[in-house]
Amino acid sequence: MGMKARVTVTLKSGILDPQGKAIEGALGSLGVSGVVSVRQGKVFDIEIEGADRAGAEAALKSAAEKLLANTVIENYRIELTG
Amino acid sequence: MKSAVIVFPGINRERDMARALKLVSGREPAMLWHADTELPAGTDLVVIPGGFSYGDYLRCGAIAARAPIMDAVRAFAQNGGLVLAVCNGFQIACESGLLPGVLMRNTQLRFICRDVYLRVERSDTPFTRGYNAGQVIRVPVAHGEGNYVADGPTIARLEGEGRVLFRYSSPDGIINPNWNHNGAMNGIAGIINDHGNVVGMMPHPENHVEAVMGRTDGRGLFAGLVDHFKQAA
Repeated sequence: MGMKARVTVTLKSGILDPQGKAIEGALGSLGVSGVVSVRQGKVFDIEIEGADRAGAEAALKSAAEKLLANTVIENYRIELTG
Repeated sequence: MKSAVIVFPGINRERDMARALKLVSGREPAMLWHADTELPAGTDLVVIPGGFSYGDYLRCGAIAARAPIMDAVRAFAQNGGLVLAVCNGFQIACESGLLPGVLMRNTQLRFICRDVYLRVERSDTPFTRGYNAGQVIRVPVAHGEGNYVADGPTIARLEGEGRVLFRYSSPDGIINPNWNHNGAMNGIAGIINDHGNVVGMMPHPENHVEAVMGRTDGRGLFAGLVDHFKQAA
């Protein structure tokens, strides 16, 4: 018995994202039309043992705050998926 | 001056740093491993050197900042101990909460390895007393993520309290975007914490300390620290 979770880390608005800008430029040169802007982020797929959803959410919050995200520049979102 | 250099897996500038410390202070630094949990008794200065700790995985410095030795470094800093954090060390210091802000990818996305000019903004700290305020020094940089970023209130506080110690400049000390190779806010190359005992900087003063390196502009930083401890003794 276990649970799956996804933590998504994205740059806060207002933080310049040079990588996203480069990807944006590359999409333009590939001829992909209609792209207004690109922001790059990170996704962490995490497996958690047991079935204690509240405990899992607390552990994931702790993981995100302590390591996965730098909250100076990044936001995070936690989803328990199953 | 009794110094200690912290070594994490993937760090590669620790020997340059140890050489500079030995050369200027006359004393071999202690080399400490990331898994160590305490600093040698009587340590005056802790140095976090440059490199690519943990392969820059997750974010530059993020994993090193959570290594066991960093608890000892944080406690040392809280007790007023002097900490010099260079390049990856600066990134680690920001990630560990020793310094505010973060080092982002250089705005033009390239790894930059060359000499730059720095304007020394203050001479009244243990780290910069070997220079005059306004003096321009030339030292190397080697980084892909040296673009200093912090939120508006933090930048205002750093500037208002005179905590920017080094700024990217022209050879004449002019600050403008042409001389800011990585896009750092306000051309910030190095800062000091609010208690005046922790400094982080992207450039490598340890690589310009003896004639054979071509220049000795970085020597003043180490010589100033040695003087600071001599005077304190």
